[in-house]
Amino acid sequence: MYEFEYVRPKSVAEAAGFLAANSDARLMSGGMTLLPTMKQRLAQASHLVHVGPLGELKSITREGDALVIGSAATHDQVQGSEVVGAAIPALAKLARGIGDPQVRYMGTIGGSIANNDPAADYPAGVLGLGATVVTHLRQIAADDYFQGLFTTALGEGEIVTAVRFPVPRRAGYVKFAHPATGYAMSGVFVAETGSGVRVAVTGAGNGVFRWAEAEAALAKSMSPKALDGLALDASHFSEDIHATREYRAQLCRVMAARAVNELLG
Amino acid sequence: MSRIELTLNGKAVSADVEDRTLLVNFLRDAQQLTGTHVGCDTTQCGACTVLVDGRALKSCTLLAVQVSGAKITTIEGMANGEVLHPVQQAFSECHGLQCGYCTPGMVMAVTDLLRRHPKPTDEQILHGLEGNICRCTGYINIVKSVKRASELMAAG
Ligand SMILES: Cc1cc2nc3c(=O)[nH]c(=O)nc-3n(C[C@H](O)[C@H](O)[C@H](O)COP(=O)(O)OP(=O)(O)OC[C@H]3O[C@@H](n4cnc5c(N)ncnc54)[C@H](O)[C@@H]3O)c2cc1C
Ligand code: FES
Ligand code: FES
Repeated sequence: MYEFEYVRPKSVAEAAGFLAANSDARLMSGGMTLLPTMKQRLAQASHLVHVGPLGELKSITREGDALVIGSAATHDQVQGSEVVGAAIPALAKLARGIGDPQVRYMGTIGGSIANNDPAADYPAGVLGLGATVVTHLRQIAADDYFQGLFTTALGEGEIVTAVRFPVPRRAGYVKFAHPATGYAMSGVFVAETGSGVRVAVTGAGNGVFRWAEAEAALAKSMSPKALDGLALDASHFSEDIHATREYRAQLCRVMAARAVNELLG
Repeated sequence: MSRIELTLNGKAVSADVEDRTLLVNFLRDAQQLTGTHVGCDTTQCGACTVLVDGRALKSCTLLAVQVSGAKITTIEGMANGEVLHPVQQAFSECHGLQCGYCTPGMVMAVTDLLRRHPKPTDEQILHGLEGNICRCTGYINIVKSVKRASELMAAG
């Protein structure tokens, strides 16, 4: 790793001030993506501003019709949280399926959605549930937040503080995990929300996206059969040594049907 | 440079480290505790797993400064003199290792797994050891070792 200075701010406000004054400083939450990238010298920073331990970013609460998860809540916290389990069990399941126990102890929801890896799980949950990303400056709707491959609506030095999930009627998430890394080769989040059915796909292509045809079909009939023969543009999908475009598209159909079954319970 | 203070295998340790020092390098190079292994560059293999305040973490993906103040246990801190820790005893009895490269990390991960699930099911064992890769055993004897360790620990 290149040299850097480690900074442990006492509050989000202090972290924001530090980032504003040091343009080459970077946030660290769980470090489970950032540190491996820095070890490979694919990333560099003058300072690592460690917000992961901040208590104000770790809370998980139910606020009326919403579940609010602090950005530094770890995957382990979310998988085991009774509040999450009662409000959105599909989200607890999603967290339980990320990486491995050691990674889940450290990795956080804020770090995951700030990174926006095209194969990460949380982007599917956040987009599929129509959540709102809360930063220290503003609130961003999931539909505007994710902007393709490792790209988000976050500005320079903007800190994700929480994600606000409207509690759905029912939801389901199923991924086909890459056998070596655990990342989604294809993962589908289906939610029946107050404002209609939402279907978000991760692991498939350039970044998480909504499958409009599936949303329309499931709104008419919430059953795996409703997905039969639906249009799904294979050009959304990436192709690599693990899978062709067509194979990924097929996986996506199968995962979507399983997610519907899970939603139906 | 930063000053860090840790409790390492029960002993108080303080040291000056570069901020970029990984915990695993601090353990192996500065403290000469070479039982903790490095098996990959990608946070995947788990050979470097140690206990930080009782939780199994990958020491190759933690900064030493980040864990200042914590209690760290490495494989060297498991046995009580000549008496093996029950998890070590179980791996030995059940032939839960071949080359032994993954074993220190496995033992630490299993210790945390049994803290969370004292009587784990097969599913809990397999899911709980997803962060530890073994290229020798095929895992069958590792699963047996976890069950044996659970019995040994229940027997006290
Ligand atoms: C072996 C392994 C397996 C994994 N498997 C999976 C998997 O199956 N599915 C999956 O989804 N993920 C997986 N991951 C990734 C894991 O979930 C990471 O924890 C996550 O992607 C990043 O979260 P973090 O808290 O560790 O972020 P960090 O690594 O600390 O940060 C990631 C990025 O986000 C920025 N950032 C951090 N916090 C904030 C904030 N509050 N506001 C704005 N920007 C911020 C950082 O500057 C950095 O650019 C895996 C990782 C490993 C090492
Ligand atoms: S050395 Fe492989 S996970 Fe740490
Ligand atoms: S015993 Fe050789 S890697 Fe596990």
